[in-house]
Amino acid sequence: MKRITSLFLALFAGAAFSGAAVAQESGTLKKIRDTGVIKIGHRDASIPFSYLDEKQRPIGYGVDICLKIADAVQAQLKMPNLKVEFVPVTSQTRIPILTGGNIDLECGSTTNSIERQKQVAFAPTYFMTGTKIIVKKNSGIKGYDDLKGKTVVITQGTTNERAMKAYNDEKKLGINFIPAKDHAESFLAVETGRAVAFPMDDILLFGLRASARNPDDYVILGEFLSDDPYGIMMRRDDAEFKKLVDDTVIGLYKSGEINKIYTKWFQSKIPPRGINLNFPMSDALKQAIKNPNDTGVGACGKMKC
Amino acid sequence: MFSDFDFEVIVSALPFLWEGMMFSLGLTLLAMLGGIFLGTLLALMRLSPFKILSYPAGAYVNLIRSIPLILVIFWFYFLIPIAVKNISGNPYAAGIGPFYSALIAFTMFEAAYYCEIIRAGIQSVPRGQVHAAYALGLNYRQATTLVILPQAFRNMIPILLTTSIILFQDTSLVYVVGLTDFMGAASKIARRDGRLVELYLFAALIYFIICFTASYFVKRLQARYNVGRN
Amino acid sequence: MDFSFLNQPAFSGGGVYLDWVISGVKWTLLVSVLGWIIAFSMGSVLGVLRTSPVWWLRAPATVYVEIFRNIPLLVQMFIWYFVVPEIVPKFMGDWLKTKMPMPEFWNAVLCLGFYTASRVAEQVRSGIQSIPRGQTNAALAMGLTLPQAYRHVLLPMAYRIIIPPMTTEFLTIFKNSSVALTIGVLELTAQARQISEYTFRTFEIFIIATIIYALITLTVTFSMRWLEHRARVPGYIGGASGK
Repeated sequence: MKRITSLFLALFAGAAFSGAAVAQESGTLKKIRDTGVIKIGHRDASIPFSYLDEKQRPIGYGVDICLKIADAVQAQLKMPNLKVEFVPVTSQTRIPILTGGNIDLECGSTTNSIERQKQVAFAPTYFMTGTKIIVKKNSGIKGYDDLKGKTVVITQGTTNERAMKAYNDEKKLGINFIPAKDHAESFLAVETGRAVAFPMDDILLFGLRASARNPDDYVILGEFLSDDPYGIMMRRDDAEFKKLVDDTVIGLYKSGEINKIYTKWFQSKIPPRGINLNFPMSDALKQAIKNPNDTGVGACGKMKC
Repeated sequence: MFSDFDFEVIVSALPFLWEGMMFSLGLTLLAMLGGIFLGTLLALMRLSPFKILSYPAGAYVNLIRSIPLILVIFWFYFLIPIAVKNISGNPYAAGIGPFYSALIAFTMFEAAYYCEIIRAGIQSVPRGQVHAAYALGLNYRQATTLVILPQAFRNMIPILLTTSIILFQDTSLVYVVGLTDFMGAASKIARRDGRLVELYLFAALIYFIICFTASYFVKRLQARYNVGRN
Repeated sequence: MDFSFLNQPAFSGGGVYLDWVISGVKWTLLVSVLGWIIAFSMGSVLGVLRTSPVWWLRAPATVYVEIFRNIPLLVQMFIWYFVVPEIVPKFMGDWLKTKMPMPEFWNAVLCLGFYTASRVAEQVRSGIQSIPRGQTNAALAMGLTLPQAYRHVLLPMAYRIIIPPMTTEFLTIFKNSSVALTIGVLELTAQARQISEYTFRTFEIFIIATIIYALITLTVTFSMRWLEHRARVPGYIGGASGK
């Protein structure tokens, strides 16, 4: 019943804190100082960016970078007791929850798109990927055009959904789309045979395949349908917080610490099953680390819309 | 078929499922208390002779009762934080957190259902009791809190509890916003480990045991009340 | 508030966003009505069995009602969609997953129908039990067999008595149809979510969805009130009460 006690505590604390804030910060930093908590949104199954380990704690490449940001916030606010709270989000809920103030940072696998930039701000790109599809080896699917009239599962609210649908419209493939809530559920639809293919960022497909029961049953194929630069999300129009976040991320790039974090998640054994993705850093990502930027991409992948 | 039914998965997931169950029970209990409190206020408003009270309460109750719970959850989960920001005028107002968003949604939703039960309960108290209370010199507040509500609640307890069992089942719907209640915990593990059969059947079994036992006790309680009254 | 987005070309599928709303309403109604047909017919049979004097007819009906009533609808939805195809023989499971047309739709219909049947059964049972024993005895004394007594005496009365709670049950299945979105049926609530995602007009589209649900509920309530008035049993004031 921890939660119940904390409800009452929160009610009292909320009343006591309001007005007693230190006046120098504004925006998210002020909010963090007032509440003593930095809230980080995480995903369930964005392997290896943001997912749950065997004890159901959020871990991953993105989570590690967010924890570095939390350290920087702690140092800047001089709050040794700053608490980090994790809040689960999905592809559908991440933006409303962030703009609504229930999380301060979203550390998952979110593509920095021009459309999303109207709602939220992004930290410098920390991964470069793009849409491909995963299919069963024995399905006979060799490329996107083989999907004609077939059932394809998409995770709702992703840029990959849009890229695939735009491709379908352009090529008039008549694909039957079924929606799923999260990547694990989508992959499961392929695993159980409900859908023949799942379009997703290729790195996430590698992660899902590696954690499947029989990884060798699946192939990831196709040309990139879209380019997806990932960024950590925060609220818009909060220059002070964005600067702190950007500086922290760029700091990791300049010091080379990013390579250590990268190797930990992409080139070593990772929980929960001790698999190794063996995914060396791409040239595109090396470029993005050399020249940190938060440029977004269009909404419909490589199709026009 | 069941040949590869894997109990290990369930056993290793128990601590996480337990946390989820605490979330579900906490949410049920608080939403029940909040819902009954708010529902009583709404019922008194609906029964009030003043239209300025009875009309808004009636409109609220009928509106909420005509839309799906999932839609209500989405409303509160996505829009309340935005409303709070707009009302307070502070674009960085502290979010109220997913648990409390869900709690507010369930309280507001269930209040409409509790209201109708409580209204019927109040109306079932014989008018003579009200007149007697006034004749004794009690004012409206005293008559309501000391005479009418205690009798009304006594009659209503079984049906309020039955509604609360349904509320407990309904809390599983916080799944749609990705929260980790009992069902959310089960489905997260189910999908991560690809073990849907084991975890969903296990979840069904646990829900069944809890709800069946609870309904059984409500039935016993009801029988006892009926004896007492006849 | 700005509702002009309804007339904007939708992201995919060729139409405008209003078409998505209309399609959502269509699936909500289809799932509810087909589910209700199952719920009503199965629930009637189960309700009658629950009042039967023969224990081996009563017992299975009771077990059914207890199981389906005490497991949350969401869990049942997942069991129909995710578990059943895995535990039936493989050829059936493969058919359910790949050959069956619109699997998420039919699973939702079956799930809602079977779930609501348990609730309908309880209403039918309490309707039958609210009829004085004397009526059954009189029917039997007149030489009717028990099935005839049900057919000509008990059921005609019971159905008229339970119109109000049955209306509530229909509205419940109508509202519960939104749970079908968890297995991918793009009914009204799911479409509202999807449109809000594409247009960021969350507030407006939720208002529209709310109004549509409220309007359909009102229409059903008023038409049933009219029917209830027409079918009223002389001498009976109200019916059995439901939630």
